[in-house]
Amino acid sequence: MIAIIDYGMGNIHSVRKALELYGAKVLVINNPKDLKNCDKAVLPGVGAFDDAMLALKKQDLISAIKEHIENKKVFLGICLGMQLLFTESQEAPGAQGLGILKGKVLRFPDRCEIKVPQIGWNQIKIQNPKSKIQNVCPLLKDIPDNSYVYFCHSFYPAPEDENVIAATTDYGINFSSIIWQDNIYGAQFHPEKSQSIGLRMLENFVNL
Amino acid sequence: MFTKRIIPCLDIKDNRVVKGVKFLSLRDAGNPVEVAKAYDQQQADELVFLDITASFEKRKTLIDLVEKIAQNIFMPFTVGGGIRDMDDIRDLLNAGADKISINTAGVKCPDLIADASRKFGSQCIVVAIDAKLQMLNSKWQVYINGGRTPTELEAIEWARRAAQLGAGEILLTSMDYDGTKDGFDLALTRSVAEAVNIPVIASGGAGKLEHFYQVFTETGATAGLAASIFHYGEYTVRQVKEYLKEKGVSVRL
Repeated sequence: MIAIIDYGMGNIHSVRKALELYGAKVLVINNPKDLKNCDKAVLPGVGAFDDAMLALKKQDLISAIKEHIENKKVFLGICLGMQLLFTESQEAPGAQGLGILKGKVLRFPDRCEIKVPQIGWNQIKIQNPKSKIQNVCPLLKDIPDNSYVYFCHSFYPAPEDENVIAATTDYGINFSSIIWQDNIYGAQFHPEKSQSIGLRMLENFVNL
Repeated sequence: MFTKRIIPCLDIKDNRVVKGVKFLSLRDAGNPVEVAKAYDQQQADELVFLDITASFEKRKTLIDLVEKIAQNIFMPFTVGGGIRDMDDIRDLLNAGADKISINTAGVKCPDLIADASRKFGSQCIVVAIDAKLQMLNSKWQVYINGGRTPTELEAIEWARRAAQLGAGEILLTSMDYDGTKDGFDLALTRSVAEAVNIPVIASGGAGKLEHFYQVFTETGATAGLAASIFHYGEYTVRQVKEYLKEKGVSVRL
């Protein structure tokens, strides 16, 4: 059973439908008790970092999410849902993230050659850190290098540990577009909006 | 590499696409979900749905439609037309729209742009600007209510203001060029794209393949929107992209 964590920060229809396409049983959850019954969880989300943390707190989901991850259950954060995994964000100085991964979430620099937010299709460059050379992120199974995916964001994560970077994308700067550490996955783009490539990633997630 | 976006625009009335969609040769050509699916297959980068129903009672059906689209089309889409307040925006985002386009309500109440981008994130708030050149002073004047009502706003200034208020994107339509097929309004698009650091979608006037090339090489627009050339089957989205790629413009193919 895959939990989609609904904390009132954006739509869940496309993620849900995509997961169901590949035979997943999906439960939309908004409380810690229901999360316990699921072996995988997806944290979607658009909007502001601090509002999102506040919403998770109100629904008593913060420790439940941490517990889910500590119990080695599979977790996927999408867009803001991925950023929340980190310690803090420039979007909301002072607000704490889930702190499951070390690092900050940063804003794209204001420079004339790039428009912020990044809205549109860009490529992912799959990373093979030496320590994982035989071991490409399972989410990227059968995904060609330099595939196009859909981005819609002003902020991006800067992990302290470079080994968690599974793919990068170039938008004025080179940033981490997919992160992966053991049972934790994150995508800065929207797989549920990235047509066939995105659907393949979600299929891989269902099959993990 | 980051790519330029090609965006078909669909006008929706009472839950149906109202412009012709000959080339799709679908039995039910007016079904927005089917039309969207066809554009999805052509590798459109995004879709814009503009609801021209406008009546309050019909709003609920728009929300149902957005839900249906979100469950069938795995690509980004924007919904606009008659958005009045935070509740409208929240309901449509919750139904599955990725972005909401605000026009008249944003001019009448700029706080709506600020509140919405703070609450839902800049990246999902698009400010649509309909602009027309004033002969008197050579400035682009902003119109609201579907182009029926002139305002005192000047387009470049308004775009700048909208960006400051938190808009994530500008959907810029030239009323002078719309429907002419003479090409995008390059001067207007260039001026607005230079004035703001958020993405600008050029709209109005696309009639030939080279019009897309011009707008991407001669202005700072990052997306081109068109309706009739796609709906009437003159070109597919793919043809536009293949043409652009050959000319060295980066597109997703």
